[in-house]
Amino acid sequence: MSFTVYVPRDAGALSLGAETTAETIASEAQRRELEVQVVRNGSRGLYWLEPLVEVVTPAGRVAYGPVQAGDVAGLFDADFLHGGAHALGHGRTEQIPYLAKQERLTFARVGIVDPRSLADYRAHGGYRGLHNALQLAPAEIVKAVTDSGLRGRGGAAFPTGIKWKTCMDASAAQKYIVCNADEGDSGTYADRMIMEGDPFVLIEGMTIAGLAVGATQGYIYLRCEYPHARDALNAAIATAASAGHLGADILGSGRAFQLEVRMAAGAYICGEETSLLESLEGKRGQVRFKPPLPAIEGLFGQPTVINNVVTLASVPIILDQGGAHYRDFGMGRSRGTLPIQLAGNLRRAGLVEKAFGVTLRELIEDFGGGTFSGRPLKTVQIGGPLGAYIPLSRLDTPIDYEAFAAIGGMLGHGGIVAFDDSVDMAAQARYAMEFCAIESCGKCTPCRIGSTRGVEVIDRLLAGAERTQNEVLLRDLCQTMLHGSLCALGGMAPFPVLSALDHYPEDFSRPA
Amino acid sequence: MKQAEPAASGPLSTTRWLSPENHAAVLAVTARLKDQPGALLPILHGVQQALGHVPEGAIGLIARELNLSRAEVHGVVSFYHFFRTRPGGRQVIHLCRAESCQAMGAVALEAHVKQRLGVDFHETTADGAFTLEPVYCLGNCACSPAMLVDETLHGRVTPASFDAWLKTAREAS
Repeated sequence: MSFTVYVPRDAGALSLGAETTAETIASEAQRRELEVQVVRNGSRGLYWLEPLVEVVTPAGRVAYGPVQAGDVAGLFDADFLHGGAHALGHGRTEQIPYLAKQERLTFARVGIVDPRSLADYRAHGGYRGLHNALQLAPAEIVKAVTDSGLRGRGGAAFPTGIKWKTCMDASAAQKYIVCNADEGDSGTYADRMIMEGDPFVLIEGMTIAGLAVGATQGYIYLRCEYPHARDALNAAIATAASAGHLGADILGSGRAFQLEVRMAAGAYICGEETSLLESLEGKRGQVRFKPPLPAIEGLFGQPTVINNVVTLASVPIILDQGGAHYRDFGMGRSRGTLPIQLAGNLRRAGLVEKAFGVTLRELIEDFGGGTFSGRPLKTVQIGGPLGAYIPLSRLDTPIDYEAFAAIGGMLGHGGIVAFDDSVDMAAQARYAMEFCAIESCGKCTPCRIGSTRGVEVIDRLLAGAERTQNEVLLRDLCQTMLHGSLCALGGMAPFPVLSALDHYPEDFSRPA
Repeated sequence: MKQAEPAASGPLSTTRWLSPENHAAVLAVTARLKDQPGALLPILHGVQQALGHVPEGAIGLIARELNLSRAEVHGVVSFYHFFRTRPGGRQVIHLCRAESCQAMGAVALEAHVKQRLGVDFHETTADGAFTLEPVYCLGNCACSPAMLVDETLHGRVTPASFDAWLKTAREAS
């Protein structure tokens, strides 16, 4: 009898020992003369249980975790291959409450399929969206995306359908689809999980985008901090190309779409779409003035759709199930689902894909299980290093773009970083300015100079020198950066600073 | 009066000089990649992969092959944190400084790592074994603090687990 065991190859799982776990399971099986096939899947996103080992049983997949190499022999002894009881057992994976309470649309296959297998992708509904798109006129594809209400998941939340229509309507001999995979915000890892756990969904989404706007070349601009995602994408692209799912004649349709991964080089600013395009062109990643919009004059001066990984990976299900299906999730003008990434000081950090409308409190308390340290929660930062620090009084805010804007925050790419009461908010404010100074592209003065002056003013403030005047100066500097910067880096770096100052003033007036 | 040729070991020639092997390695990379659109970043990655860094002496050569000015190539090399113009250690440790890791003790970990290695960020240990670099998010924020050694990712790093890793790494090298 043959058994199938899943052990993630996801970078996060590997960082906790999944490789050794997988090797040990294989060698232990051999020693016991058992036929075990170890499949390397993506992560289910339950990182406190990683390495999470799953066994296929007639009743479904059964989960054990976290499984270190030293636990493997005991699992065999407990007959885990038949779902046997063990201290690390969690029963059927699908019934673990953390997963059962989610609404996984974009992440439908992540952690379930073998990311190296096109057949597995197709067996789980893959390429149905592209198949449908090939029967549609470009305007009909764009309409489906517009009807879905999908907005850019990279952070700016711009309606995807409108961006696509602008590019579709532009006439040019060559157009491009660019995937922004420069996921640089701390607290975010949804892009990485998709690229490692279900790379074909991104390839399919980009191919559909190409059909919609008339682009034949795609680039995935991937951060160099993600070597595992690079390998997964390159493997999937090669497989898709050799199977005729990419290339000069997609699935025999006569339509062409080529795709290539391009590696970034460690500049946070290149997550901003115009600096990303500069970088792809082989230049310094300096922000461009807008207009012209990239949809009209983008990569190499040609019309370009540039979308984040999660956005593009949400397109196949929209084309498969229809725009209305996706739109029926969510609230207000935030339609569909958001893959939320719980990070920092939480007991159960991980990936939670939910329809918009879930509250911050449900995410932090019900899913996250409170702080990892067991100390009281003090603040959460949402939306990366440029996101505001949210005080506990706002935990009932629903995950919704407009609701967050109303409390002076932003959802960004959906990363939530929790801090316990040991955090010094003045240090966090200083770090926000320091980070901006390190990562500023240098094109505009408010960001380039303002961030450095910001660090200095905070240092003086904390040293107790002319406290009132320096706070006035800091707030004034923040206004200059907010209103005078060319892009979101300088324009939003004041958010964490001002929110720390507004909600946690006591941290700024400690004796030096 | 005729000026003496600069000595082969003079400061100018050591920074700009490229050994014949490295010269050939750079040309092999440019020959392979220069015809694709936006070739400079892929070429710089290729050179760094081949030589461990992008030597000053390679900049003029790359510029010539791409029909760019030296200033343009230098501007790109110096813009991106990932490219180094001097050799690093045998292993490069990227230690995450970003918020999620901060929330899980990265500031104390950073101080510990610097003390153990005896170097600050951007420096290489005296024995040439390790270069320490800061990084701003490794996408492992559910398992903070995180560290990337070459292409191996580590999660939930503590001072104790760093010491254990360092011991093994030193024994292996």
